[in-house]
Amino acid sequence: MASRTRGWVAIAAVVAAGVVLTLVVQERYHHRVLTLVFLWAAMGLAWNIISGYAGQISFGHQVFFGIGAYVTVLLVVKTGLTPWIGMGLAVAVAVLAAVLIGLPTFRLGGIYFGLATLAYPLIFRIVMDWLGYQEVAIPMIRERPGWFMQFTEPRSFDLLALGVLAATLVLSRLIETSRLGYRLRAVKENEQAAEAMGVDAFRAKMAAYVLSAVPAAVVGAVYIHAILFIVTPDAVFGLLVISQTLVVALVGGIGTLWGPLIGAAVMVPVSEVLDSTVGDRLPGIQGVVYGAALMLIMIYAPEGLYWRVHQLIRSRAARGAAASRPAIVAAGGDAAVASAPTGGVLLEVRDVCKAFIGLQALSDVGFDVREREILGVIGPNGAGKTTLFNVLNGFLVPDRGEVHLRGERVTGLRPSALCRRGLGRTFQVVRTFPRLSVLENVMVGAFVHARAVGRARAVAVTALAQVGLEDRADDVPGGLTTLELRLMELARCLATAPRLVLLDEPLAGLSSDGVDVMIAMIRRVRGSGVTVVIIEHTMQALLRLADRLIVLDQGRRLAEGAPGEVTRNPAVIEAYLGKRWLARMGRPAC
Amino acid sequence: MALAELVQYVATGLLVGGVYALMSIGLALIFGVMRVVNFAQGDFMMLGMYLTYFYAMSGIDPLLGAILTIPPFFVLGWLVHRGLLARVTGGGDPQRQMDAQLILTLGLSLVITNATTMILTPTPRGIRTAYATQAFALGPVLLNQARSYAFAMALVLAAAVYVFLTRTDAGRALRAAADDPEAASYQGIDVRAMHGLAFGVGIALVAAAGGLLATYYPIEPSVAGNFIVLMFVAVVLGGLGSIPGAFVGGLVIGLVQSLTLLVLPFQLQNTGVFIVFLLVLYLRPQGLFGRRARTV
Repeated sequence: MASRTRGWVAIAAVVAAGVVLTLVVQERYHHRVLTLVFLWAAMGLAWNIISGYAGQISFGHQVFFGIGAYVTVLLVVKTGLTPWIGMGLAVAVAVLAAVLIGLPTFRLGGIYFGLATLAYPLIFRIVMDWLGYQEVAIPMIRERPGWFMQFTEPRSFDLLALGVLAATLVLSRLIETSRLGYRLRAVKENEQAAEAMGVDAFRAKMAAYVLSAVPAAVVGAVYIHAILFIVTPDAVFGLLVISQTLVVALVGGIGTLWGPLIGAAVMVPVSEVLDSTVGDRLPGIQGVVYGAALMLIMIYAPEGLYWRVHQLIRSRAARGAAASRPAIVAAGGDAAVASAPTGGVLLEVRDVCKAFIGLQALSDVGFDVREREILGVIGPNGAGKTTLFNVLNGFLVPDRGEVHLRGERVTGLRPSALCRRGLGRTFQVVRTFPRLSVLENVMVGAFVHARAVGRARAVAVTALAQVGLEDRADDVPGGLTTLELRLMELARCLATAPRLVLLDEPLAGLSSDGVDVMIAMIRRVRGSGVTVVIIEHTMQALLRLADRLIVLDQGRRLAEGAPGEVTRNPAVIEAYLGKRWLARMGRPAC
Repeated sequence: MALAELVQYVATGLLVGGVYALMSIGLALIFGVMRVVNFAQGDFMMLGMYLTYFYAMSGIDPLLGAILTIPPFFVLGWLVHRGLLARVTGGGDPQRQMDAQLILTLGLSLVITNATTMILTPTPRGIRTAYATQAFALGPVLLNQARSYAFAMALVLAAAVYVFLTRTDAGRALRAAADDPEAASYQGIDVRAMHGLAFGVGIALVAAAGGLLATYYPIEPSVAGNFIVLMFVAVVLGGLGSIPGAFVGGLVIGLVQSLTLLVLPFQLQNTGVFIVFLLVLYLRPQGLFGRRARTV
C-alpha cells in the first residue's frame, strides 16, 4: 500500500519540480531545452507503453507523432480550427491508425513486428510528399494567440509540455498498476504462458498500442507549435524522431515510467548544448551523440540507467538478508483419497488428429475426462502426450476431431478463452514470467476472474498459501528450486480457479521427497473439487496417483483403464519395454 | 501500352534489382548466421560508395573500385563484430539479444550517417564515367551501360558467394553455424569466429554493391536510409536469412519499383515496394522461400 501512494507522490514531486524549473529559468534558450525535455520524456513514455510494458519493439512510433502534427496543423490551415480542438481530432485519427495498423501487424511475432512497423511512417512520408504537403507552415495569427497555441511567452510552452508529460506519467502509472499492466508484462515475459493463464495477448497488445498512440499524437501536435512551426514529412515521420524516442527510453530504461523521464533529463540537454555550441561547425553532432548513446547503453547497461541503479540499491539491501528457509515437506501424508467418487463427463475428446510435417503426432485419439478424477496420460517419449495437451488447451488446432468442455465445443478456441472457461495447465519445462515476483506470477492467473489488483493479490496470496510458498512471494522465480517452481506454476494455475487442470510432467526433475510433496499437493487439488489430467512417463508415480490411465503410443491410444489393468496389458508392456520383455514375462520367474 | 515499353520497364527493373540483390545477400547472410538485423547495412553501403568515389578520384575505374572495397570492408565488418556486436549478449535471452543488437546497429547507423555528414559534408557527389550516359540497344530496348555492368558484376559476386558457401570448408562451417550453432560448436566449429566471418563478408558485399551503385547513383551521406528499407523488404520477401531468397527478393524489388512507375507517379515509386512488403509479412511471414515454420 505504501509503495502505491509513493508512486503518486513521486509523480507529483516531478511535476512540482518541473513547475519550479519553469519559473526559475530565465533565458529563452533554456526554456526551449526545458520544453524539449518534457516533450521527449512524454514521447519516450508513449513508446514505453507498447515497447516497454508490452515488449513489442516498435520502430515506427513516429507515425502517431506525425499524425498529431499534420492533422492539427492542416486543420488550422484549412479550416482555421484551434489546435486545442484539432489536437483532439488528431488523437482520434491516431487511435484509428493504431487500430488499423495493429490489427494486421500484431499477427506477427518478434522481429517481424518490428520490421513491419518500419514501413508505416515511410508510407506516410511518401504520401504526404505526394499530396503536396512537403512543407506546411502554421499561419501566424496575431489576435488571440493563446487560442491558437501561439504563445509569445516561452514559459507557456514549458507549462503546456509539462502538462502533457504529467498526463502521460499518470497514464503510465495507471497502466502499470492495473490488470492491463500485469498482463502486458506477462505477455512480454512469456507470451504462451500468459495465454495459458487467460491473457488474450492480442487484445492486451492492441490496448497498449492504442494507449501509446494517444500521447504520441499529442506530443506531435504540441511539438509543432512549440518548436518546429513548419511540418515536413521528414521532420515528423523521419528516422530522427524515432531515434530520439528510442534514445530517451532506452538510456533511461524501459518498462518503467521513470526510465524515459531520466533518459530525457540526461540526453536532451546534452544534445541541445552540443548542438548550440558546435552544431553549426559540425552539423549532425546530435545524431552522432544519440547513436553513440544507443551503442554504449546496449553494450554497458542494456537494461538502462534506472534499472542499473535500481539493481545496485536492491543488491545492497538484499545482502545479509539471505536467511535459510524451511524446506517444504509433504503435508497431510500419503494416505486417503485413493479412489474419490467421480462424476459426470467434464471433457470429451473425440477422434483428434494432428499431423506435423511428415509426422502424425496424434491419430484418432478419443477419451472422456470425468469430474473430480485424476486421469493419467502415459506413454514413451514422442507418444504425443504434450501435443495432446497443446490441442486440449488451444495452443494447437487439431486437423480433425473435436474437444468439448462441459458440453461446449471448444475446438479452435484460443488458450486464453479456454482458461477463462476453467481449463488450466502447467508446462513440462516450467514457464515463468522471470522478471515478475512469485506473487505477481500468480496474480497474472488470478486476473482471470479478478478485475481489481487488490482482489487479484488476495487470490494469489491464498493460492500461494495452498502450495506452501507464502514465504517466497516477493522473490523472483530465478531464485527458486525446481520443486518451488513447479509449486509456483501450480499455484498460478489454481489462481485461475480452474475446473480442470492439465499438468505436464509435474514430477520431472524432482527428488523423491519432492515427488511426495507434489503428489500430496495434486491429491489436495483434486480433493478441492478440481479435475486433474496428468502426463508422466514414470509409471510408478502415476500408479500411486491416478484413478485411470490412458496410454499413448506413436500418437494412438493404446489402452485405457484402471492402473492395475493397464500395467498388465501386453500391448502396453510391449510399447514400454519391447517384445523381448514381453516374452520373458510370459515365462515363469526363476 | 506497347510491349516494348513493358519490356523496357522490366529490363530496367531487373538491372537495378541485380544490385539490390547483391546488397540484400549481405544482409541475409548476417541475419542467417547471426540472427542480427543489421540496421547499419545501408551505412556500410554508403561508405562503400564513398570509397569507390575516392578510388575513382585517384584514377581507378569504379567497377574495379567496387571490387577493391571488399578487403577493407571485410576487415571493418570483422572489427565491428568483435568490438561491438559480440559484446551484446542479452544475458542469454535470445529475444533480448536480438533486440539489443538491433538497437546497437541502429545507433551505429546514426553515428556513421552523421559522422559522414560532418566529415564529408552533405553535398552529393557523383562519379563520372564514359559508360554512365551510354546505353546498349537491344532492338527498341535500351540498357544503360553503367547499370548493365553493375548488374553483371553483381551476378558474378553473388555467384562467388554461392560457390564460397557450398564448395568451401569455411562456407560449409558457416552454414552449419547458421543452422544450429550448438551442434556446430560440438563439431569443433568456432561459432564466434563464424559470426565474425559472416559479418565481415556481409559488410564487404554491401560495400561492393554500393560501389557498383555509385557508377550511376549520387553519393551522399543520407543515401543509406533510402536503401536499408529496400534491403529489409528484399530479405523479408525471400524469407529472413535465406540467401537465394534475398537474391530473388532483390530482383523482385527492382522489378516492383520499376513497374510501379507504370501506374503511379514517380514520388510514389516506393509505395509499391512497401505494399508488397506488408502483403508478404501478413500473408507469408516466412517469405517466399522460407522453409522454417515458426514452432509453437
